[in-house]
Amino acid sequence: MAKYLLLKHYRHNGPKPVPGTEAMMDQWTPEEITAHIDYMGRFAEKLAERGEFVSEGALSPEGTFVRYDGEGRPPVTDGPFAETKDLIAGFMIIDVESQERAYEAAAELSAAPGQGGRPIYEWLEVRPFFAELQGTTE
Amino acid sequence: MHEDQVNELMRTLAPQVLGVLVRRGADFATAEDAVQEALIEAAHHWPDSPPDEPKAWLLKVAGRKLIDAQRAEAARRRREERVHDEPPPGPTEQSDDTLLLLSRCCHPSLSPASAIALTLRAVGGLTTAQIARAFLVPEATMAQRISRAKRTITGERFDTPGDVRAVLHVLYLIFNEGFTGEISLADEAIRLTRQLTAASATDPEIAGLLALMLLHHARREARYTASNELVPLDQQDRSLWDTSMIGEGVAVLQGALGRDLLGQYQAQAAIAALHDDAPSAEETDWPQILEWYDELVRLTDSPVVALNRAVAVGQVDGPRAGLAVLAGIDPGLARWDAVAAHLYERAGDVALAIEHYRTAADRATSLPERTHLIKQVARLVVEARSRGR
Repeated sequence: MAKYLLLKHYRHNGPKPVPGTEAMMDQWTPEEITAHIDYMGRFAEKLAERGEFVSEGALSPEGTFVRYDGEGRPPVTDGPFAETKDLIAGFMIIDVESQERAYEAAAELSAAPGQGGRPIYEWLEVRPFFAELQGTTE
Repeated sequence: MHEDQVNELMRTLAPQVLGVLVRRGADFATAEDAVQEALIEAAHHWPDSPPDEPKAWLLKVAGRKLIDAQRAEAARRRREERVHDEPPPGPTEQSDDTLLLLSRCCHPSLSPASAIALTLRAVGGLTTAQIARAFLVPEATMAQRISRAKRTITGERFDTPGDVRAVLHVLYLIFNEGFTGEISLADEAIRLTRQLTAASATDPEIAGLLALMLLHHARREARYTASNELVPLDQQDRSLWDTSMIGEGVAVLQGALGRDLLGQYQAQAAIAALHDDAPSAEETDWPQILEWYDELVRLTDSPVVALNRAVAVGQVDGPRAGLAVLAGIDPGLARWDAVAAHLYERAGDVALAIEHYRTAADRATSLPERTHLIKQVARLVVEARSRGR
């Protein structure tokens, strides 16, 4: 088994959205939003039933950059950058048999219904976790 | 004995046994460790050979573990003798122990998160694993949080019962955690507050807090949709409200108010009772709710109370009056934009309402809240579009 991180973005610097799917969620109807949320909930349940679900989380769009600024000094902050930067909206960690299966799961998530009940064709970022060093490696 | 019975019994008895040991003068952290060790033995033995008197059994084993631990420290020998020599407790002492244990677990030197974890384990009788799952953290993390908390209070003196208000605050925080999973923290908080009500009648705020919890918890079934979306109070299906729980909450509140020593929990419970009492949102007694908010503002300087008062002013004197009050409140508060949006919508200013709902969604502190606010934007945009046609 191998773990993968599926990343959802509010906005990202990745591939261009599929034409016709640019509308943000607040441009949908309330019913379309409910249908979307239901689909996402069922998706997580299905993965759990298959024994592939590890964890998930949703992130607020408000974030700030922080760094050390020397001994005895308070941390330096920069931001928030809600409007411009690549912005992660949420993540799901799955533990699956193969990369193919990870892509299949990501594609299913990307098919969540949006405006008019049509799939949103959302680009999801799939990142493999580094594996544990195996006891038999030597 | 069936495993579930064993678990249930251990859960009930563990805090009682801990209470006895602590009352006899044992150090809290050492006693808690001793009880945990005794529980491990109980889980091992009870399913096959259940004891005749489970509490006495646990007390004996925990007492022995305690002495083992104390032998290691010569300095504690005096206390060891005291614990050892005292007669077994009578049934009446148990209730006093609840306040004793709670005041230790909610000691002001602990952070809220530590106090919550320690309270749930030492008084609530939950296992570390259950508490960890309820807060969605790894078990090792929660175990560490609990043992750090125990170390923190080890040096503290406990000559008098702790501040009841500190205990109430921790119970209030547990109630508001509200994760729904295997363990309902709201139910746990109600259970503990009930125990405290039975143990101590010194402060009517104890009953006030219990009433507040019951009057809110009565609406739990109506608060979320099947897909875990938030349903605001004015749109809830009131037939789903738990009327017997409301009845109990009102009775508890009346008993507390009769003592004529008002506090913030009683005032908040009174507001909840007025909402629960309304057959429909339109029939809500807002003038009386506003009076209670005026009272609350006098009792606490909480900015969240001030924010909720602005909503009540909006209901009584109209949205523009609500907005005027809102202008005097710190816009940095998380729910400020949500209240502004609501008031602008009621004032008929759709453009400003949409703008504030959008900001509110970006500032939401939970996903159901965010989704709810995005839907308000969506709803207003759809309405504006159809009106434009």
